[in-house]
Amino acid sequence: MVRLLRLLFWILIGRPLILVVLGLNVRNLKNLPRSGPAIVVANHNSHLDTFVLMTLFPLSLQHRLRPVAAADYFLRNRVLAWFTLNIVNMIPLDRKRVGKRGEDPLEDCAKALAAGEILLVYPEGTRGETEALAKFKGGVARLKEQFPDIPVVPVYMQGLNRVLPKGEFTLVPVVVDVFVGEAVAWSGSRPAFTQALQEAVTALAAAAPSRTWK
Amino acid sequence: MIPFDITNNSAIALLGVFALLILASAVAFGLGKRHPDRDYTELKLRIRTWWVIVILFALAIALPTIFAICLLGFVSFLAFKEYITLIPTRRADHRVLFWAYLTIPAQYYWVADGWYGMFIIFIPVYAFLLLPARMVLIGETEGFIRAAGTLHWGLMTTVFSLSHMAYLLALPAAVNPAGGSDGLLIYLLLLTQLNDVAQYVWGKSFGKHKVVPKVSPKKTVEGLAGGILTTALVGFLAGPYLTPLTQVEAAIAGLLIGCAGFIGDISVSAVKRDLGIKDSGNILPGHGGILDRVDSLTFTAPLFFHYVYYLHY
Repeated sequence: MVRLLRLLFWILIGRPLILVVLGLNVRNLKNLPRSGPAIVVANHNSHLDTFVLMTLFPLSLQHRLRPVAAADYFLRNRVLAWFTLNIVNMIPLDRKRVGKRGEDPLEDCAKALAAGEILLVYPEGTRGETEALAKFKGGVARLKEQFPDIPVVPVYMQGLNRVLPKGEFTLVPVVVDVFVGEAVAWSGSRPAFTQALQEAVTALAAAAPSRTWK
Repeated sequence: MIPFDITNNSAIALLGVFALLILASAVAFGLGKRHPDRDYTELKLRIRTWWVIVILFALAIALPTIFAICLLGFVSFLAFKEYITLIPTRRADHRVLFWAYLTIPAQYYWVADGWYGMFIIFIPVYAFLLLPARMVLIGETEGFIRAAGTLHWGLMTTVFSLSHMAYLLALPAAVNPAGGSDGLLIYLLLLTQLNDVAQYVWGKSFGKHKVVPKVSPKKTVEGLAGGILTTALVGFLAGPYLTPLTQVEAAIAGLLIGCAGFIGDISVSAVKRDLGIKDSGNILPGHGGILDRVDSLTFTAPLFFHYVYYLHY
């Protein structure tokens, strides 16, 4: 039942919103993983980032997509919690468990990967105020260390901070530019891999058209 | 033609367009067979996209007028969205942009309602005053004139100018027994797009002297002149069947569409050059963005409308 509702939501609301109201201009879609398990990492500016990432995949993969998001933010009330857990199919990440001895905040993420699902992760950990990329956190590197064979694909999205910036509730249609990079290889250590991921997304951002006056 | 809301002449014109498309598809297919070494993907994509556009348009025209008005409103929305995407906007103007989008349904509502007085001043006067008012109340002064100016230019071209196509449908059909309510729009679109193709073909065949090398290096005097004369000739021939214009008036309408189409085309080129981009988008495979397709119409639609309106309505 929930799966049917989810499918209906994406067919009737999610995808038309992203494809018709906004519009996507995707470069190198071929780099996107076509099956799980896989991890997609992207920059984060807007709640709609997740909608865009999910629309990049075919509808047949919809039920395999698991956005990872902050539990304290998205589970703060029952309606939002129901929507994010059931329709968006999110994995809540308990930020309070990060860095605590004997706790593994990435437990559910590891389980999802083991089950062949595709994780959508924002390593910045938050929606920044601007399009500037914040320093990546190390969770993805931990997962990559645990599952060395899983591809980690970087994505850069431009335009969503104009569509629905943090703190705004009116939606302004703007065509979203999406750049999909090649999977980033393991580079020996966790900090080095996190650094490589950050550089991969930064490189994609550099190729994006500038939307400022000369 | 009872189930459809269209006159015989307009139906024949649409069938003629389909015949042209079949011919174009056949030529592209033949070229591909004759020169298997050359790549005609772009041409084939372009023609396929034309099929989609023409089928959608023909359906909207054949159905009651409101369908065509909604389709044209959607075209305005896509064009304005592309424009907003391309130009730099200020973070402070988020709400202003939201209000700017709302002018689109309003403008097409005036069309559907046949409220000419409102249709003709809504964007040039009310939107022109109210959007900067909203902007100045937000209070960000840095880049104010640039933001207000670029926003209004976008609304004028993609919403106000293009909505004249829709208002052609709202003009009283009784004045135009030959073409009915759809004839003028079909005539305008046919001539504008034909003009684009004719200028390209004449330029490709005989082009030597560049017209505006800084804006659009491929445009030539020969292409321009050949295109305008071709458009005037077709306008002269088709006028009496689709419009209330006399043959002389129709020939002048053709000249007008030929010249205005050229200016519209290079204006959008100038915008793209200013912003340092090649295509305005990717929604129409083989063409680029919506703005790349409707560029000429942003000039031909209002000029042709007011020419006809002055002479016959």
